[in-house]
Amino acid sequence: MNETAVTATGPDPSATPPPAGVPALAVRGLTKSYGHVRALRGVSFEAYAGEVTALVGDNGAGKSTLIKCVAGVVQPEEGTVEVNGAPVTMTDPQHATQLGIETVYQDLALAPDLDAAANVFLGREVRRIRFLHNQPEMRRRTAHSFQELGVGMVQDLRAPVAAFSGGQRQSVAIARAAMWAKHVIVMDEPTAALGVIQTLKVLELILKIRDRGLAVVFVSHNLPQVLEVADRIEVMRLGARVARFRRGEVDVERLIAAISGAYTNEVQV
Amino acid sequence: MSATQAAPESGAPLEGAGVAVEPTESAFHRLTRSTVIVTFAALSAMIIGFAIKAPGQFDTWSNFRQLAQNVAILTVVSVGTTFVIATAGVDLSIPSGIVLGEVFAVKALALIHVHGGGTAVDVAGTDSKATYILVALCGSLAAGLALGIVNGVAVGYMRIPPLLATLGTLGAGLGCALLLQNGVNTATNALDPIPNGHAIPGVPNLILIAAVAVALGVVLLNFSVFGRHTLAIGSNAEAARRVGIKVERHLLRVYVLGGMMSGFAGFLSLSYFTTTSLAGHSTDNLKAITAVALGGTSLFGGVASIIGTLIGVWIPAVLQNGFVIIGVQPYWQDVVVGFVLILTVWADQLRRRARQR
Repeated sequence: MNETAVTATGPDPSATPPPAGVPALAVRGLTKSYGHVRALRGVSFEAYAGEVTALVGDNGAGKSTLIKCVAGVVQPEEGTVEVNGAPVTMTDPQHATQLGIETVYQDLALAPDLDAAANVFLGREVRRIRFLHNQPEMRRRTAHSFQELGVGMVQDLRAPVAAFSGGQRQSVAIARAAMWAKHVIVMDEPTAALGVIQTLKVLELILKIRDRGLAVVFVSHNLPQVLEVADRIEVMRLGARVARFRRGEVDVERLIAAISGAYTNEVQV
Repeated sequence: MSATQAAPESGAPLEGAGVAVEPTESAFHRLTRSTVIVTFAALSAMIIGFAIKAPGQFDTWSNFRQLAQNVAILTVVSVGTTFVIATAGVDLSIPSGIVLGEVFAVKALALIHVHGGGTAVDVAGTDSKATYILVALCGSLAAGLALGIVNGVAVGYMRIPPLLATLGTLGAGLGCALLLQNGVNTATNALDPIPNGHAIPGVPNLILIAAVAVALGVVLLNFSVFGRHTLAIGSNAEAARRVGIKVERHLLRVYVLGGMMSGFAGFLSLSYFTTTSLAGHSTDNLKAITAVALGGTSLFGGVASIIGTLIGVWIPAVLQNGFVIIGVQPYWQDVVVGFVLILTVWADQLRRRARQR
């Protein structure tokens, strides 16, 4: 990982959008078993740059496993993952990060005793004379990036994130991912624990990140919310994709039908 | 905490709001929130109190210099312990690190044969050479390194709770020291230049060494990536792991740092007391943990202060010294420190509870 040369904010030169029609992230025929439990049974999935792709499905449909495969936490047994059309094999989470995929986990994975800038740059500190960190520079870049993303809720960049509200913390986690993601940002239930106003702010943030040309993948159980923000909806059931919709093609009832198994599984590749 | 919790939640605009890079609260408010300031105020109050009670006795330069010299070795150990506790760990094996440091130092000195028979252990202080001191230092650091590696592997890689891992190495290390020495202490004057010398006129070397250890500790904890990762692991090890910090390896390094500081303290102790002390130092681990906790470092990890630790080392020493001077039974020091310790940790608990809403 290159700690010093990375530009944390602003458009990344390597983030040129892939040719039209090539998904920023594509998953084909992924399988994964935990003992006797087949979590993924040949699932396929695509997410495109500049679009929000919602991943929906009931508990146990395999959403979390799929996300872990894409984040490099879990290695699938079969199938391929492609980033901008190029097949990749991810052996650990850092590999996914290097490929330009950032994941926001449900439990946030922030260090509560550190401030926002320290969290944003954790593991990727801006350094001076090799072993010291450059906190003023990290703070400056964080403030700049938060401002750009409209994360105006963080009042004091010196306060530990433990002092923040749930929504502020979620915003810090998402903004961190947005600052580092070159191609894809994956969010696991980003609004699950939030109140109404905080949820609005987080959705606003998601749309802003999408408009920067990133492919946004988000998992949610909140179907009205999914219909509101998603450009594409991919429905999973029993470890495979059972339906996919574009914005405006579907309503809550048909979505529930798809989630609960009214449609047959997609033919496995 | 309250200043940040008051951040406008509903009133903030949905987008385009600015971010305050500079703290919105005054420097004074941030100071009062810090545990270090509170403990520093307590220490200052004690010093002023004793100075008023015993003018011309307590508040003399020579008394403070003596105090600083007395706490120097504990200061060195406590700097290392601060890092260990910052990871939400603990190191009980400090006494074995110190004693092994002493034993390895005399064993290393015994390898050097001097003119006219005998070894470097038996030379007079005035005949000592820099090479003898360096060899002894290397022996002490090697002992600390070995102990630190065992602790770090046990805690970091084998996932043994630090309390038990270091309890194990405490016993094992002391046992090794007794075996190596056949249970008998060795005296040596070879290291006399360390405590008796004055690299800076008027300041005994021991005090200088402790000051350097504190300064390096501050830089390492607050300004280095190593310190940042140490605090991150103590705060949320899983978060550290997910951003690519090699948590196991980092824990190993932290325990090696702690072990080597203990070994180094053994070197200092040998030089100061001119003998190994197989039966001594047995409560130095508890003294160091007390100092670190008094200084506002959280035993739950993630929050740590080297300056706080320095204050925490001084509080019991000042109390002890002051009580003796004003004619109060010095045992009161143990009583007072015990309760202050409980209050400090309670304050830390309240702080954590207040922000975890």
